[in-house]
Amino acid sequence: MNITLLFVALAAAIILWFFVIRRLRAKPWTTEGILERNNITSLPAEKVGLWAFLAVVTSLFSLFFIMYAERSGYPDWRPLPDPSILWVNTFFLIMASICYQLSRNLLNSKNYKYMKISLYLGGIFTIFFILGQISAWQMAYSSGFFFATNPANTFFYLITGLHGLHILGGLFVWIKTALKVWNGLEYNNLNQIAGIRLSIQLCSFYWHYLLLLWLVLFYLLSTT
Amino acid sequence: MAYVSIADKDHEQHMHDPQSFITKYIWSQDHKVIAIQYALVAIFVGLIAMGLSVMMRLQLGFPEWATFITPEEYYQYVTMHGMIMVIYLLTALFLGGFGNYLIPLQLGARDMVFPYMNMLSFWVYLLSVIVLLISFFIPDGPTGAGWTLYPPQAISEGTPGDGGGIVFMLASLSLFIVAFTMGGLNYVTTVLQARTRGMTLMRMPLSIWGIFVATILGLLAFPALLVAAIMMLLDRVIGTSFFMPAMLTLGETSEFSGGSPILFQHLFWFFGHPEVYIVALPAFGMVSDVLATHARKNIFGYRMMVWAIVGIGALSFVVWAHHMYVSGMNPYFGFFFATTTLIIAVPTALKVYNWVLTLWKGDLRLTVPMLFAIGFIFTFTHGGLTGLFLGNVTVDLPLSDTYFVVGHFHMVMGVSPVLVLFAAIYHWYPKITGRMFNNTLGTIHFWFTLLGTYAIYLPMHYIGFLGVPRRYYANGTMDIVDESVQLQNAGMSVAAIIVALTQLIFLFNMIWSLKYGKKAPGNPWGGTTLEWQTPQTPAAHGNWGENLPEVHRWAYDFSVPGAEKDFTPQNEPASDGVPVGRDHGVNH
Ligand code: HEM
Ligand SMILES: [Cu+2]
Repeated sequence: MNITLLFVALAAAIILWFFVIRRLRAKPWTTEGILERNNITSLPAEKVGLWAFLAVVTSLFSLFFIMYAERSGYPDWRPLPDPSILWVNTFFLIMASICYQLSRNLLNSKNYKYMKISLYLGGIFTIFFILGQISAWQMAYSSGFFFATNPANTFFYLITGLHGLHILGGLFVWIKTALKVWNGLEYNNLNQIAGIRLSIQLCSFYWHYLLLLWLVLFYLLSTT
Repeated sequence: MAYVSIADKDHEQHMHDPQSFITKYIWSQDHKVIAIQYALVAIFVGLIAMGLSVMMRLQLGFPEWATFITPEEYYQYVTMHGMIMVIYLLTALFLGGFGNYLIPLQLGARDMVFPYMNMLSFWVYLLSVIVLLISFFIPDGPTGAGWTLYPPQAISEGTPGDGGGIVFMLASLSLFIVAFTMGGLNYVTTVLQARTRGMTLMRMPLSIWGIFVATILGLLAFPALLVAAIMMLLDRVIGTSFFMPAMLTLGETSEFSGGSPILFQHLFWFFGHPEVYIVALPAFGMVSDVLATHARKNIFGYRMMVWAIVGIGALSFVVWAHHMYVSGMNPYFGFFFATTTLIIAVPTALKVYNWVLTLWKGDLRLTVPMLFAIGFIFTFTHGGLTGLFLGNVTVDLPLSDTYFVVGHFHMVMGVSPVLVLFAAIYHWYPKITGRMFNNTLGTIHFWFTLLGTYAIYLPMHYIGFLGVPRRYYANGTMDIVDESVQLQNAGMSVAAIIVALTQLIFLFNMIWSLKYGKKAPGNPWGGTTLEWQTPQTPAAHGNWGENLPEVHRWAYDFSVPGAEKDFTPQNEPASDGVPVGRDHGVNH
């Protein structure tokens, strides 16, 4: 039923939002001529696309979380002790998120040198996170928590793995952006700077989201 | 403004039109080419699924004669037929095919906002189809678990295709979901951000509304299928126990323990019910446009139609357990889901009334697309009414898993969307190909299809009432099954074969007209929406030549009193010199 409530709330919010901005109340047959302001937002398509994508990711992970919560209620559930390295990994991911935010702010204040450094650092912390996750898997595996011995183990590997995949996808974009920055920016080429700004904005938004997702996931893992 | 900048950017990108055959037709990023690629693949697998249904009907109608079909094969046909029709034909053709074709053209955009991702979407879809079809050629064939793929039986020994078939099915579904997501993000973003100047949300044709809301449903619902597929794949391949309880199979205890098959059912139907509206909503939208155009009348109650689409979309997420009444549940849940299910009928009925009222006193042109659209109103009403029976728990319990359900969902989800697809294909064929189809062949195709499908599915409701169970290879001499049922079954099978053959007329018409059809004018039906106003027919790369169209009115200015023509295109400026942006305040 949680899931029902969640989606009713979501759907209600969407409809409300439509009505609040009164778009669906227009009587299109009464008007002729050009109507301006017809876009929902003046954001670039890439941002709207990213939001839509994150809505899909949210749906995917909420369903996994619900399955996790449901399945953990069955008597054969044997939770695995959380590898303490997960705390360290959490720290890395938080640092990555902070770095991205910093590089975004620094770009806005035209502090290009530090912007670059924090952009690189953001990626590097993320790579540490991934390496940390891999060693968490190794630890769990070497102490006998195999993939299929208990659903708790399977969920642990599966959900952290999926989260990791999303991080890797983000790193791919990071590499592309970092390479562009590395090869040198022309600070008076407004187009180029605008492109970099958009990439960094999208990256930092995505990283904050994945951090949030990780925190929820970590909470779930350590409370069951 | 954002839409201007996107449009300009696109335009720059397309300054160098693709030259070689390969970039133009194979690795194309043009939404119109991708639409056609999607449509051709979908129709191809659809024909395979139709072939499978003929095989099933041969077995059911003439069990004594059809000895070449084994029970295992029968189950494989049932499964593959259902899955292909729902996912790989209907979803792909409505959204990948018509979504791709209509969204940029009807909104006055040059292309989708992410053309490269759009291209990838098609190729991953093709890959998913290939993976699915491979399972026909592996040793024990495709899975025979039924399209609902319920565990434990789907992956237990003894179910046809438990070796490889089910793995290919789950892998193919996962690929399909990836492909759909790439396409879907494009459709949603394009609708939100790439509309041309003047195209407000409430000026969008209903086709776009249907496709738009259906895509949102798909983006939120398909993940449930993905989760189910991944978890079931793990159960099958490495022996986890998500859905699999401890079992005795063939006298031995299985390796599984403690999983819950009901969890799978929840996941599946949490996807499965929205899925029926993923197919239905685009059909609702497109049929509205076809009806209004060929009745030369504005659609009745445009705003209500939009609200109904949005409302049905939202409600469709809270009715899924009506597919699980027989699985057992807390009576309060049953009450909740029965109530929501019946509430959905309200906006749905409203749409039916509005379609009928659109026809009322219209200047009806009984063209081929119009015939199919009117046929849809009949079949959809019919299927919707039986849905009301099934939505009530007490009525559903005896009817569930009988042919009544098969009759219900074929009327509502089989025949109705397919009739709209035919209407849409005939309606937009002149724009897509630049040729007219043959009218006589089209009319024959319509009458045989409509009457034929009634001959197939109407009797199913009766034998369902008698209690004939669905998904049985043969009814044999069960007490509950009256002898007359066999006669009915034979009749339905004959009708099914006739309907299947009729589709060859359609195929012939489409292919023959490509070459020998009359050259089509740019706007053969007198349509108001933007796709009919393109400078070239078929629309050229970039759709609009030098300048994007500008929209001055809603999509349904048909037979406006005092106007010269009986239609006023959306991009025609205001007639009475009304200042631009009149009533600005009212609209925002
Ligand atoms: C007024 C609207 C509707 C109501 C109240 C309704 C109700 C139901 C119910 C209660 C069932 C479950 C029957 C059972 O298994 O015992 C069912 C099955 C089904 N319905 Fe509907 N329905 C409606 C409209 C639709 C529409 C519009 C579609 C598709 C476009 C659709 C497609 C299906 C399918 C595919 C199944 C069978 C799935 C299966 O078991 O394989 N229905 N419907
Ligand atoms: Cu349903």
